Amino acid sequence: MTEDLVLPAGRGTGDAVAPEPLLQVSGLVKHFPVKGGFPIRRTVGAVQAVDGLDLVVHAGESFGLVGESGCGKSTTGRLITRLLEPTHGTITYRGRDIGHATRRQLAPIRSEIQMIFQDPYSSLNPRQTVGKIISGPMEINGIEPEGGREKRVRELLEIVGLNPEHFNRFPHEFSGGQRQRIGVARALALEPKLIVADEPVSALDVSIQAQVVNLLQQVQRELGIAFVFIAHDLAVVRHFSQRVAVMYLGKIIEVGDRDSIYTRPRHPYTHALLSAVPEVNLVSGEGPQRERIRLAGDVPSPISPPSGCRFRTRCWKAQDKCAAEEPPLIRLSGNRDGHLTACHFPEEPTTEPRDEDIVLDPALTALEDRPAADAEAEREG
Amino acid sequence: MTTVTKAEGAPAPTGPDGFLSVRDLQVTFSTEDGPVKAVDGLSFDLDRGTTLGIVGESGSGKSVTNLTILGLHDPLFTTVDGEIVLDGKELITATEKEMERLRGNRVAMIFQDPLTALSPFYSIGRQIAEPYMKHNGASKKAAWERAVEMLAKVGIPNPKERARDYPHQFSGGMRQRAMIAMALVCDPDLLIADEPTTALDVTVQAQILDLLKDLQREFGTGIVFITHDLGVIADMADDIMVMYAGRAVERGTVDEVLRSPQHPYTWGLLNSMPRLDSDLGTPLSPIPGTPPSLLTPPPGCRFHPRCTFRDRVGGDRCATERPLLAPDRSSACHLGAEQKRTIFVEEIRPRLG
Amino acid sequence: MLQFIIRRTVGAFVTLFLIGAATFFLFVAAPSDYASLACGKDCSPQRLADIRDALGLNLPLAQQFWDFMSGIVTGRDYPTGHCSAPCLGVSFYSGDMVWSTIMDRFPLTLTLTAGGAVVFLLIGVGAGMIAAYRRGTLVDKVATGASMVLSSFQIYFLGPVVLTILVYGTGWMEDPKYVPLTQDPVGWFVGMSIPVCVMATIFTAQYTRMARSSMIEQLAEDHVRTARAKGMSRRYVFLRYAWRGSLIPIVTVLGIDVSSMLGGAVVTELTFSLQGIGRLAVDGAVNKDLPLTMGVMLFGAFFILLINILTDITYAWIDPRIRLS
Repeated sequence: MTEDLVLPAGRGTGDAVAPEPLLQVSGLVKHFPVKGGFPIRRTVGAVQAVDGLDLVVHAGESFGLVGESGCGKSTTGRLITRLLEPTHGTITYRGRDIGHATRRQLAPIRSEIQMIFQDPYSSLNPRQTVGKIISGPMEINGIEPEGGREKRVRELLEIVGLNPEHFNRFPHEFSGGQRQRIGVARALALEPKLIVADEPVSALDVSIQAQVVNLLQQVQRELGIAFVFIAHDLAVVRHFSQRVAVMYLGKIIEVGDRDSIYTRPRHPYTHALLSAVPEVNLVSGEGPQRERIRLAGDVPSPISPPSGCRFRTRCWKAQDKCAAEEPPLIRLSGNRDGHLTACHFPEEPTTEPRDEDIVLDPALTALEDRPAADAEAEREG
Repeated sequence: MTTVTKAEGAPAPTGPDGFLSVRDLQVTFSTEDGPVKAVDGLSFDLDRGTTLGIVGESGSGKSVTNLTILGLHDPLFTTVDGEIVLDGKELITATEKEMERLRGNRVAMIFQDPLTALSPFYSIGRQIAEPYMKHNGASKKAAWERAVEMLAKVGIPNPKERARDYPHQFSGGMRQRAMIAMALVCDPDLLIADEPTTALDVTVQAQILDLLKDLQREFGTGIVFITHDLGVIADMADDIMVMYAGRAVERGTVDEVLRSPQHPYTWGLLNSMPRLDSDLGTPLSPIPGTPPSLLTPPPGCRFHPRCTFRDRVGGDRCATERPLLAPDRSSACHLGAEQKRTIFVEEIRPRLG
Repeated sequence: MLQFIIRRTVGAFVTLFLIGAATFFLFVAAPSDYASLACGKDCSPQRLADIRDALGLNLPLAQQFWDFMSGIVTGRDYPTGHCSAPCLGVSFYSGDMVWSTIMDRFPLTLTLTAGGAVVFLLIGVGAGMIAAYRRGTLVDKVATGASMVLSSFQIYFLGPVVLTILVYGTGWMEDPKYVPLTQDPVGWFVGMSIPVCVMATIFTAQYTRMARSSMIEQLAEDHVRTARAKGMSRRYVFLRYAWRGSLIPIVTVLGIDVSSMLGGAVVTELTFSLQGIGRLAVDGAVNKDLPLTMGVMLFGAFFILLINILTDITYAWIDPRIRLS
């Protein structure tokens, strides 16, 4: 048992990807019914949270899932861990389809796929001691580790950087970052092969975030656990994941290795997303280092998403074809192997500043087009 | 024993126009567990039309400071000392009536979560029109027209119709735009923005930040911008003040604080934050430990229990003596000026990639 | 909104039907012998048979159920005479129509409920709001303290104390009694003032505490802070912003209280020897007067459903999020 925890390097390099997929998701769909109507309430529509998703996660790799609220990334996480049952599609874990498996069939797999949640305050039972929380999964699965559960709990606490003597304390005695460590320890208790981490650091302060990111990275490398890392923070995902998928309104619009997505993106939405990240420019005196793209409005409702390409209503390159035809997720010429993009009119593979900024927001255009002197005069008057 | 040197006792020379100046602000909450000094001896200045960014983590006292400027703290449980002077007027001793005339009129505020910060019970238009009627004596009709005009200005499509909508009918980004319209309806001199984009998606955040900058240029508003995100502050601010555990630990221009930071806490923040262009080979270097409880704050420098550089200060000065923060460009740290420069250039900067 | 009201009303009728059915089967189809209860103590077999016949107990169960349910809507003929709609049957004990007995008693219960509600809403909610507005001051402390003391009292304690002082001791007032409003408005007011006030006092205390805490909670809301940050005065913010939100929990509890009081304020009625719906329910149970008990139960259920719908409409009026969804 213990030996597994101190796996030697070798898998540690991370970028080496095993050929056989650990998890394969294809055609995944999750619709949540919307009730309404009169006089009898019935299903009148569906929130298309996830709508036709394909992805592959290899053993030991970290796969990042980024997107804005409503893009379906959290739903995807919950489908993979089978906290939700998909409407359609298959989730193949180590060759077995678990998409519609029953509780009983899932039991042996549950221990291999674990989840870490966003909120370290509400995801731990306040009435249980830390020892009880961490040993809970072992108890449920009837696992009796060598040397007893308590010994194992102490080991796990040590791995996540907590004092092993604290196993008798309650969650409220710990800070936010420490609670998230407890969450990690619980996820590790059953020696999982895949951990789905849903926004694991976004509730934490900046200085604590880095502690937890480092811990997860260490766990991923040293124990060779595959991660599906779900977050809205593009910089954190870049730091943590070797492969990244960008989601928009229930679909993956671009996926590829880290370098491709962050420096050679092709989908306009990926461009917009990257350009929106506020960054500290560490070198003074230089002009903008990245392109400036400002979209208009918010993400449309997933109840009635746009036809064809879902991004077209906010896209500066959209044409009639985009409304009529849904672009397939394919490798474009010039893209690296495994870098897939769903776009009819892809962008240049660079994030360098453009000759002219793309500003779609009407308020910004109105305010920025007017010469400054004009505005000055109006203020004075 | 703690030797608390009266920090920033000497009045800082006021800026070019000294539009807003805060001197030795102390805010204490009485709680069941005892008094909590949420803000401890804070001083800063803001010039008209410029932006001061206040950076800090939860519990650093950055939000409390700004509620105090507006006098919105709960007087039952809060004691406030020091000086807050806005355009020559002392605010701590001002009467409630005087404060009411100021709020929403000369000083406005926008909050983090626009869903809870707008009343669910009244239409957006009405909520924007209200302060305009109160402060400008405008008629209901004129105020409504002004509200529609403001909604158009902040980029709400069909402002005439949308003004009649309720906040829950707006999307997150539109709500924050409505909040901004509400704050700017009386053309205030000072806008306090408390984490205004934290609850928003990144593409919407970029729109809102640009909108604030553009509107600031048009209206000439001074902004105090509170955030925990260094990237956002780099984008928005002219000057930066870094806060930790109720005190300011570093201040300077954006260029100074972000490109040649002097305080170990600022170093820690920069080092623990992943960036889109950071070197993936170097792991993040988090600040060890957790922020202190303000019920029993550490003596001396409040950052010293988490500071990895305190050994380089002779003796136990860090644990006993509060480091001073001088006016203008400075950092509250006992390390020598040359030491700070060397440490940053040789040890911190390389890790930033 | 109209759709919502219609849907809820239809739902209420369905629920009422189900309650009627449940009551019928519990009482009639249960092994307790309906007829021998009606027959009384000195019951001859012949008389029992007659009663079974008269009550239709020899008919198939489905037929009996149909007669019972349709009787409520269309009226029903008994050997003793016609029972016009809504017919809830004939009391075993008195031989009167259950519906008309209920209608005799209802004005008193309605007076008690409505009078009490007016008093405890005005004084209770008012005091709670003022206490919240003046939080931490003497006014707040007095209001909080008084409501603590009063809410620990019970009607059967406070009632006799008040009666002893005002009626038996000083003779300033007469024993409480019910005079119909239409006959003698002054007599109605004077006769009912003691029970209404005593009952309302206890509710007032509860509503004071509830209104105060609900208001304080609302005053801590972000949007209330925003309104203050706009420069709106404390009083304006209190009356326009905080007040509305604080109504929701009050309306919820008010709905529960009023609907249960309309179904009979048993303790109050017994304390002041008044003949209301509550007393009727107790009599029905004590005398094993099944039709009466069933009637009072259905009557009470009707009010619970009605008040529920009214409560929901009030929510929608208070909160546009409910109105517009």
